[in-house]
Amino acid sequence: MSVQVKEKLAACFVWGAALLTVGALVIIIGYIMFQGLDRISISFLLENPRRMGSEGGIFSPLLGTIYFTLVTMLLAIPIGVGAAIYLTEFTAEGLLVRVIRFFTDALAGIPSIVIGLFGFAFFVVMLRPLTGGWSILSASLTAFCMILPIMIRVSEEALHAIPASIREGSLALGVSKWDTVLHVVLPGALPGILTAALLGIGRVIGETAPLLLTLGGSLLVPKSIFSPSRTLSMHLYLVAMETGEFSVAFATAAVLVMVILLLNLGGYYLMKHLGRRIRGA
Amino acid sequence: MGDNKFEIHKLNLYYGSNQVLKDIDLNIAEHKVTALIGPSGCGKSTLLRTLNRMNDLIPGVRIEGSILLDGEDIYQPELDVVNLRKRVGMVFQRPNPFPKSIFENIAYGPRHHGVRDKAELTEIVEWSLTKAALWDEVKDKIHKSALELSGGQQQRLCIARALAVKPDVLLMDEPCSALDPISTARVEDLIDELKKDYTIVVVTHNMQQAARISEYTAFLLNGSLIEYAETNRLFTNPSRKETEDYITGRFG
Repeated sequence: MSVQVKEKLAACFVWGAALLTVGALVIIIGYIMFQGLDRISISFLLENPRRMGSEGGIFSPLLGTIYFTLVTMLLAIPIGVGAAIYLTEFTAEGLLVRVIRFFTDALAGIPSIVIGLFGFAFFVVMLRPLTGGWSILSASLTAFCMILPIMIRVSEEALHAIPASIREGSLALGVSKWDTVLHVVLPGALPGILTAALLGIGRVIGETAPLLLTLGGSLLVPKSIFSPSRTLSMHLYLVAMETGEFSVAFATAAVLVMVILLLNLGGYYLMKHLGRRIRGA
Repeated sequence: MGDNKFEIHKLNLYYGSNQVLKDIDLNIAEHKVTALIGPSGCGKSTLLRTLNRMNDLIPGVRIEGSILLDGEDIYQPELDVVNLRKRVGMVFQRPNPFPKSIFENIAYGPRHHGVRDKAELTEIVEWSLTKAALWDEVKDKIHKSALELSGGQQQRLCIARALAVKPDVLLMDEPCSALDPISTARVEDLIDELKKDYTIVVVTHNMQQAARISEYTAFLLNGSLIEYAETNRLFTNPSRKETEDYITGRFG
């Protein structure tokens, strides 16, 4: 085979691979929208589900999704970023750090349904007086265990990307270590930390298995974080499996996909915007 | 030789089991420029960084001996490192402006040392930038990002940033090695200007530069201080064979 032919074949292959990736995405999203869009209306978004979700709208699962995601991120962002700061800024690369890394990586590898089972046994059953049993809090705590490793890892990478020379520049001015982290390192790492948060949200919002064990699946509007609820992804599973009403399931899926797309676009915009602002331009 | 700003006595420094500085005895004169020269890895940057205790940041470092700043030992346990670094400013090899505006870069240090008043900060910023011969070039874009400046301007910004916390000493670690010749000339002029008010210690790879800007020169080799003398004498009439070999380009 001549060199030119090889080059052409290689180009065809990588082109094909790229096309397939984009194609698969377009087909999946297109299909979901095609199946789901005609059922979506304002009333679908603002009405509570009736008859196990086969009729009515998706108001309470939508609210449940927002509550659950918010509570999970309120737990995961400060603790994940805090742990990342500790690991990158305040410890030398020693045994302790390697042990912590090993465990966070191991935690990341545990299947979510297994973490869900743990969440059920620990947060729902054992800590029932504190968490209210099946509740948004139990589900958020479980999801928190699930996304903590990725939050730590991505935040760590964002912090590592800030050059050591910048830290030295601040320390050499007589600024304390903590102030240096707070005022120079963290602002610089903010776009990366935001990426970590978005990845976390993306993962949490689409997760279903551990929620089936911890969130309770109630169709009522949640009154507080101690109330049971359900998220959109869970609702879509339950509606499809229990009622067989696939048009509702697809409409729910379409809303879910749009929420995730919006989140990503918003995050992308915020990242660019924030990046510019903290660089002072 | 006038007054000594620093008196370094029997200084030994180890990274783990590796000895980087060996029995250094050196006095650094006030309001003069002292150059530290020597081949790569001779310990000149490490020596510079002992003067504001930046080596403390490296794990496994061990230091013996004493360094007096205005007669006070900077390695005594109760010394406040933050305060020391306020008095002994530092400029690094590569310009390292913060990813903030020019104004915020300069105001950063003073603000952390308690200056809150906006008018006072503005005054400090203008004073520092003027002192660093940068004011005229940036006065119209003071709130623009510091990263938009050229390399030479960034380095002068870093000098201004160090001056803003009102130090007595400026340590410079090869401040021109990342700059083009024109920017280098400007920074050298600036050093000449600043020595009226500051004690300056500069590490340089460039022997012509040491000869141009410094009053005193210390030559280091393999962690030992080989020769320390007035710059003119060291370059025209070195008393040690190693110094002569180095300055005539036989090694290094």
